[in-house]
Amino acid sequence: MQQHQYDVIIVGAGGAGMRAALESSKRTRTAVLTKLYPTRSHTGAAQGGMCAALANVEEDNWEWHTFDTVKGGDFLVDQDAAEVMCREAVDAVLDLEKMGLPFNRTAEGKIDQRFFGGHTRNHGEAVVRRSCFAADRTGHMILQTLYQQCIKQNVEFFNEYYVLDLLMTDGKASGVVAYELATGELHVFSAKSVIFASGGFGKVFRTTSNAHTLTGDGMGIVWRKGLPLEDMEFFQFHPTGLAGLGVLLSEAARGEGGILRNKDNERFMERYAPTVKDLAPRDMVARAMANEVREGRGCGPDGAYVMLDLTHLEPAHIDAKLPDITEFARTYLGVEPYTEQIPVFPTAHYAMGGIPTNIKGEALANNEDVIPGLYAAGEVACVSVHGANRLGTNSLLDINVFGRRAGIAAAEYAATASFEELPANPEAYVVELVEGLRNSTGQERIAAIRADLQATMDLNAQVYRTEGSLKQALVDIAALKERFKNVAVQDKGKRFNTDLLEAVELGFLLDLAEVLVVSALERKESRGGHFREDYDKRDDVNFMRHTMAYREVDADGNETIRLDYKPVVQTRYKPMERKY
Amino acid sequence: MDVKVKILRYNPEVVDEAEWKTYSVTLQPTDRVLDALHKVKWEQDGTLTFRRSCAHGVCGSDAMRINGRNRLACKTLIKDLNPEKEITVEPIKGLPVLKDLVVDMEPFFDAYRSVMPFLVTSGHEPTRERIQSQADRDRFDDTTKCILCAACTTSCPVFWSDGQYFGPQAIVGAHRFIFDSRDEGTEQRLEILNDKEGVWRCRTTFNCTDACPRGIEVTKAIQEVKRALIFRRV
Ligand SMILES: Cc1cc2nc3c(=O)[nH]c(=O)nc-3n(C[C@H](O)[C@H](O)[C@H](O)COP(=O)(O)OP(=O)(O)OC[C@H]3O[C@@H](n4cnc5c(N)ncnc54)[C@H](O)[C@@H]3O)c2cc1C
Ligand code: SF4
Ligand code: FES
Repeated sequence: MQQHQYDVIIVGAGGAGMRAALESSKRTRTAVLTKLYPTRSHTGAAQGGMCAALANVEEDNWEWHTFDTVKGGDFLVDQDAAEVMCREAVDAVLDLEKMGLPFNRTAEGKIDQRFFGGHTRNHGEAVVRRSCFAADRTGHMILQTLYQQCIKQNVEFFNEYYVLDLLMTDGKASGVVAYELATGELHVFSAKSVIFASGGFGKVFRTTSNAHTLTGDGMGIVWRKGLPLEDMEFFQFHPTGLAGLGVLLSEAARGEGGILRNKDNERFMERYAPTVKDLAPRDMVARAMANEVREGRGCGPDGAYVMLDLTHLEPAHIDAKLPDITEFARTYLGVEPYTEQIPVFPTAHYAMGGIPTNIKGEALANNEDVIPGLYAAGEVACVSVHGANRLGTNSLLDINVFGRRAGIAAAEYAATASFEELPANPEAYVVELVEGLRNSTGQERIAAIRADLQATMDLNAQVYRTEGSLKQALVDIAALKERFKNVAVQDKGKRFNTDLLEAVELGFLLDLAEVLVVSALERKESRGGHFREDYDKRDDVNFMRHTMAYREVDADGNETIRLDYKPVVQTRYKPMERKY
Repeated sequence: MDVKVKILRYNPEVVDEAEWKTYSVTLQPTDRVLDALHKVKWEQDGTLTFRRSCAHGVCGSDAMRINGRNRLACKTLIKDLNPEKEITVEPIKGLPVLKDLVVDMEPFFDAYRSVMPFLVTSGHEPTRERIQSQADRDRFDDTTKCILCAACTTSCPVFWSDGQYFGPQAIVGAHRFIFDSRDEGTEQRLEILNDKEGVWRCRTTFNCTDACPRGIEVTKAIQEVKRALIFRRV
């Protein structure tokens, strides 16, 4: 076992982690621990854009952006946080440009902007061009640009280090324990501040736009410490995943003029959202699509999907604005988007919930108190700027604004705090976890348990939920947790033991799936990404509040989930019906 | 359909030499080679080791030699490989193999980092964005697409035989900034590339261009950098 000491430890090197690192490493001794090489992070998969009211192509301002964020999030957004994000958005985009990000340009050479779902002028009057983009590889450019700046600034990385535990001393963060993939060795890092920037957990679902590695490790670690997770029932299903695969086709496809059609070739979104049609918020479009399929208007041999139609767009326009996603359609489905419609179906995309934080990125121990030295930013966190449903382009924004804020806050805290003494045998939990799995003599295959988990989540906790379906999911998850006790790890070695790590990741997925379902079961209303067929209206009287879930363990070691609630911060905007 | 996948296995914890192992897996024609590897790992042999993350060709984790050619496992469909015959999978060449299909990427990233792959500017920062015409932006578009997968570098015969050569990716990484109208670091970068292990080692075999899963015209980028060096302007 090796020991290290840094003022600030950042867990994760996606957009949020590297944006934090650029701030923190300027101010104090910082290390970034990441299970993937930084440029492999899933931020690189983001396509459509990052929005900011630059007003480069038409009138716009951050207050309109704030309104759209709050309304898009079905009023579960903490409005103080949304204001901060939308106000700082302009600088966040300009900062990236100054770092070298190659945005598409207007005729005058300014950063170009385009339409994106849910973004409007003057509180819903009409759609507005607010999304800044680099073709359909905006996330790739953000990830590359931030990594390039980290190289310039000599940021210290520990690549292919899996953080598996958070160390706490007297209620303060005091370090982390990491597993080095190459050698199997454990490393104890003592730190004054720890920032989780470890991304989402889309792999609890089968059909997902998320990478294999998005297993919610950061949320899982914090959860096992008894710290709360907020709003975990809110998961976004993106309307346009490649049918059967889940690979994402950005909403930019519709922003650039793409149209959804059913088997009668009808532009069905006209019925569901007469004003903004195909550019309605994602939850609405996803449900509309699932409904078309349910009511027998789906396409294909099993009527299992709908079509995304780009055929009326000029091929040159498609090549200039949507080159990557049209290539996905060609590569994976053999469909030529110039002339053929593309089969699409909703895909699990984004976790609105996560580790609760305030607007400085400080993690919360309960509704009020911060955990000194612990921070979270990006998809792993819940500030909450996305409420019940995130608007497209608001996540790339979130990771930049709150990544930066967390980096600054963590470094400033480290400047005055001192290192806490680590608990005795700091590595004990991870040793037990890892060796327990490595030495297991069980017969259950990791992949089989994971596939069964994903199947029940897709079937019972997707765009349509009911008390019955959620209870079924809970029963299934409980059974899978039992099977997981007998999981087989075939690779007994130390070197690059990805078999072992997949088992660890599956453990996190099982925990998080359960939190999601329990939180969803108790939210007896429909709001944003959470839709209950048995309670199909939003209920502001009883549920205008965030869910706070806690893991509790009784004297006999039995685990239960306790739910509590936290008020929503409302400043300017009063809840209204969400019509588009 | 049943497909035979022959994989070059190597785990120095267990054996001294790499050896081929053949697995039989049931696949759809539209499955990816990555799906085949997952099926082996998840259903037959959990010790099979490879890197992967995004599974749709954007993260650069899973470059490997498939039927003798460098490709991304997640972007190569079974039906495009003549599945009647055995499919061979081995690690990319020229970087030390650490286990099965996992190679040491550090020398590759070192080369990238050495070409100053970041925007260099001087003077006051503007308050708004720097102005750049779309035409100037398009000038370097091709090389911004790079996902650092190493397929090009590890298909280069010069890189195989000369461990010091930067390799094509590093030149792509430099090109992205040399031809960016906002950048002022060209002189320094060209100096680095003018080094004896720099661009002049390239013998224009086009392997790199063929290998690039992002369709980047790697050889053309290298030619443009050579020309910039000769004429010292871009
Ligand atoms: C296909 C796709 C397209 C998208 N398009 C858009 C878009 O156009 N606009 C938009 O705003 N949003 C978009 N999003 C959402 C957005 O891209 C993500 O929410 C965001 O990039 C998440 O960034 P992050 O930094 O929080 O996490 P990630 O980029 O996922 O990074 C997570 C990091 O954590 C590390 N990590 C994880 N676990 C551990 C561990 N145990 N130990 C150490 N390190 C660990 C990983 O190595 C990685 O570096 C898209 C998402 C997807 C999937
Ligand atoms: S230039 Fe192409 S082949 Fe080479 S590293 Fe970049 S993406 Fe991979
Ligand atoms: S797994 Fe990401 S490129 Fe293949």
